[in-house]
Amino acid sequence: MQLSVAQVGLSYGDRPVLKDVSFTLAAQDSALLLGPSGSGKSSLLNIVCGLQTPDSGTVTLGDSVVASASGVADSDEARRRSMGIIFQTLRLVSALTLRGNLLLAQKLQSGAHDPDLIESTLLKLGIAHRSEARPFELSQGEAQRAAIARALVVKPKLLIADEPTSSLDAANTQKVASLLLELAKDAGASLLVATHDDRLTPYFANTMTLSEGTLEHAKVSA
Amino acid sequence: MIGLALAYLRDRPLTTALNVLLLTISVAMLILLLQLGNQASERFERDARGVDLVVGAKGSPLQLILSSVFHVDQPTGNVPYSSLALLRRDPAVARAVPLALGDNFRGYRIVGTDESFADLYNTEIAQGRSFDEPLEAVFGASVGAQTGAKLGQLFVGSHGLQEDEGGDQGHDHAPFEVVGILEPTGTVVDRLILTSYETVWDVHGIEHDHDHDHEGHDHADESEEDEGEDEAVEDGPQILQAEGSGLEEELTALLVTYRNASGAIRIPSLINRQTEMQSAVPATETARLLSLLGASIDGIRLFAWLLAITGGLAIFVALLNMARTREGDLALLRVMGATRVQVFATVIMEGVITAFLGAILGWLAAHGLIVLATSSFATLSDLGLQAWAFEPMEGVLLLSVLAIGAVAALIPAWRVYNIDPAQTLARS
Repeated sequence: MQLSVAQVGLSYGDRPVLKDVSFTLAAQDSALLLGPSGSGKSSLLNIVCGLQTPDSGTVTLGDSVVASASGVADSDEARRRSMGIIFQTLRLVSALTLRGNLLLAQKLQSGAHDPDLIESTLLKLGIAHRSEARPFELSQGEAQRAAIARALVVKPKLLIADEPTSSLDAANTQKVASLLLELAKDAGASLLVATHDDRLTPYFANTMTLSEGTLEHAKVSA
Repeated sequence: MIGLALAYLRDRPLTTALNVLLLTISVAMLILLLQLGNQASERFERDARGVDLVVGAKGSPLQLILSSVFHVDQPTGNVPYSSLALLRRDPAVARAVPLALGDNFRGYRIVGTDESFADLYNTEIAQGRSFDEPLEAVFGASVGAQTGAKLGQLFVGSHGLQEDEGGDQGHDHAPFEVVGILEPTGTVVDRLILTSYETVWDVHGIEHDHDHDHEGHDHADESEEDEGEDEAVEDGPQILQAEGSGLEEELTALLVTYRNASGAIRIPSLINRQTEMQSAVPATETARLLSLLGASIDGIRLFAWLLAITGGLAIFVALLNMARTREGDLALLRVMGATRVQVFATVIMEGVITAFLGAILGWLAAHGLIVLATSSFATLSDLGLQAWAFEPMEGVLLLSVLAIGAVAALIPAWRVYNIDPAQTLARS
């Protein structure tokens, strides 16, 4: 399912945050969105996820309008049906166990549970033994993998990750990058990773850099 | 989303438990008041149906009604037996039912009366037959069930109207025989033991004219039988007969039904002014009793509703606090695809589930307390309170409590409804 970001602009008061940003991510393709803090990366990611309305432009995923300056968009439905989102901080619902979180994600997405998919995902991520743990009982690494599991068990068409390696060392950064690419490929999903961590650049064929609200494309060979 | 709401409630067990407890106490109080009020009113109405006037010894009219109609208090005294004939002769009186009280069997009152009692309460025999001979008794349905009595069994009454009151004053010389058990009536009759009033006189050694009511009964034979029985139970009867030789034929009270409205105007004043007796109108005394209780009941009811509202406020505060501390969670739910309405509904569900738990536990507590109270206090048991009877108003009350839970959750839910996930993400 193709993600199209067309001429998206956003300002906070008089300060422009995004300036006419456009890019396309083909189905099952992956891309890295690089940018330092304050570059407008998070705002762009919120718009792509349908959590924020742009001042101009449109975001579509397949045939669905995820965000539009006109305000006419089916953001909730598009997010629910097609996206798996991994945030840096908001990872799991605090009152539920890890398994409960994954079941809730599936329930919200399709109204049904797929326990087999949950088990296989937890095994792949190496946290099956922590499935009954509550979020506060998980280590930083486990919580990060749990957030990836939550995004994957809904069989997303587009997997979005925000700063997935911000607090990891080099070895773990490599592990997480490889894992995300592998899992997205296995799930048949497109992958968009937003980060300020340029250590991830070697792992992605497509890299975009956001600087002061303007997008610069760069094709990098892995 | 119900599962999620439950998970959030489990996540803060102490707060949830306290909120539930507040509602439980208020619901229990409200249901208790409702049950006691309604059942007492119904019971009073049922037991007094057909009784227009009660005639008894002078004293408290309320006490006369309580003792003679509801059988929960001591009688005011006795009236001459001749008053029965006096009333029955009056053209305005359709029925006058004699009552002779004084004894009990295992706490169940033994009521001396005649066949007019069966007419008044529309009693029907389930087993056996009605009392006819001296010392024959018919058990009310509850008495039969509780004592496990069988036809033909003998029992000995004790002096006094409550169990243990007479303690060692059993009428061993005059054992009764169970000759019948009544169908349930849903009235006080179910908890009475009926016999002839002459039997009550006999048991207490009151000599009387055996001709006036023992229809075709050969008293010479009876005396011989009595004497035979007396010999078998040592010397008690002779002593009692000797003591009772000076006693007069008396009744405890008379239950009067008017033939026409003129009776209601004339008879009470006639009795109150021209005799040593008093008359009391059950409807008036019952209304007086309920109005006396009414002020206290209203006060307790107001307190219970205030408690319920306090419970609602506690839910409100807890959920409002939750809306702030759990903002990230709720934003994540939106990110996961939950709609605003679903997140709103989760918070409303928390309020409603808390109220539901309080309502159900309160209902169980109230009915459980009635079970406990009726088994512990004879007076309540005598009122015939039904522990598990469901009043339609209980449904309204439970729904009101659920509404309190929902209303208490409205403002927190509205805050959650308006959460901007993007802003929350930016803050986090």
